[in-house]
Amino acid sequence: MTTLYRAAGERFTVELTLNGQRRSGEAEPRILLCDFLRHELQAFGVHVGCEHGVCGACTVLVDGRAVRSCTQYAAQADGADIVTVEGLAEPGALNEVQRAFAKHHALQCGFCTAGILCSVTHFLRDTPAPDEQQVREMLSGHICRCTGYASIVAAVLEAATAIGKGS
Amino acid sequence: MKPVAFDYYRPEAVSEALALLSEMGHEAAVLAGGMTLGPMLNLRMIRPRAVIDISRMQALKTVSARSNIVVTGAGVVQGDALRSDLIAREVPLLVMALPWVGHFQTRNRGTLGGSVAHADPSAEIPLALVVCGGTVVLQSRRRERRVPAREFFLGALTTQRRPDEMVTALEWPRAAPDAGHAFMEIAQRHGDFAIAAAGCSLRLDGAERLEQLSLGVGGVESRPVAIELKSFLGRPAGEIATSLAEHAAVSVTPMEDHSASADYRIALTKVLVERAVNAALEMARQRRGRLQ
Repeated sequence: MTTLYRAAGERFTVELTLNGQRRSGEAEPRILLCDFLRHELQAFGVHVGCEHGVCGACTVLVDGRAVRSCTQYAAQADGADIVTVEGLAEPGALNEVQRAFAKHHALQCGFCTAGILCSVTHFLRDTPAPDEQQVREMLSGHICRCTGYASIVAAVLEAATAIGKGS
Repeated sequence: MKPVAFDYYRPEAVSEALALLSEMGHEAAVLAGGMTLGPMLNLRMIRPRAVIDISRMQALKTVSARSNIVVTGAGVVQGDALRSDLIAREVPLLVMALPWVGHFQTRNRGTLGGSVAHADPSAEIPLALVVCGGTVVLQSRRRERRVPAREFFLGALTTQRRPDEMVTALEWPRAAPDAGHAFMEIAQRHGDFAIAAAGCSLRLDGAERLEQLSLGVGGVESRPVAIELKSFLGRPAGEIATSLAEHAAVSVTPMEDHSASADYRIALTKVLVERAVNAALEMARQRRGRLQ
């Protein structure tokens, strides 16, 4: 049995899988995962909002689960499999959810969108045929100040149907 | 904001975490899901010298049934508990409380033990544990002790846990198959802290009298409280919800804060208890009907 120890201020290497690629960067214990992804690995699709887990902008997939990247530390994610909005579709292409977002105008400024798309990815895997209430409950973990949510709900419901037909 | 610099420890075994805690005590913070500790660190509400990361400890993530209890490891993730068939069958009240805990995205990482150890006055998991009559398992390097949930919570963010102890498991009494349960809360937005919450478990006898009854409220006082109910046992279930609501409303000593006045919390206690009791009665009747 061993205890991993990193002293305050000590720089160390964090290695993880980001959007399918092995990547590594430097962190110290207090570095948030969201800041590590942005500053060290240039995953600028990770948006940093409230920094205390409330707004949902920084949501990414860690080992398949939609979680806040501002309330965990880079050190904790060593070895993890992380997907950010950049990894949800092939570069230059849109997936079903993204297409539905575009069609329904489910984004305006786009700041909250990256996190919402990550949430929706995990949510639809667990709940392939959601009703409106379930979609709204999932969205309660995200703050959007542009859309009023109605268009996002419509997009998620349509994407769920489209994915269901495709599979 | 960003946290102050801290030493990071990631022990592999519970014993190593306990050794670190015995050495550092209150200077160390135990990090599990980080859904509360993360914000507190980032906002610099706490400035621990060291963070002990237990989020990867598989030994704390088990759910198991014993003769009359279900034991959930402190590190069981809330979303996993919500999807557990064993918990759904044996501890229905917890499964009813969990959808009220934060959001889908925070339940994907937040833990059962973390919520109990943190002891927010309006947190749902501590309230469910109090209503169930469950137990908090605490370990230190020297010993293990088990504290009834109704004694564990002392006040806002204050528990019986000593600085060298860690919450390692929660014990939930298995619910009878014919018991009815309900959990209700009112918050300003879904997923926000409850202004008030109520949980209820009960059983009826063949003559529709209350054979067992447990009722608690959260967010009203500085800790989750069980309501004293002895005088209600054996009474006919018919119109009992209104009397229980009146009784609960005079039993509590509510807090007053920026989100609600004491009077409003009393009003919510009444409404939520009545709704919860009625819903639990309905469930108990249905289950009795099915079992007969």
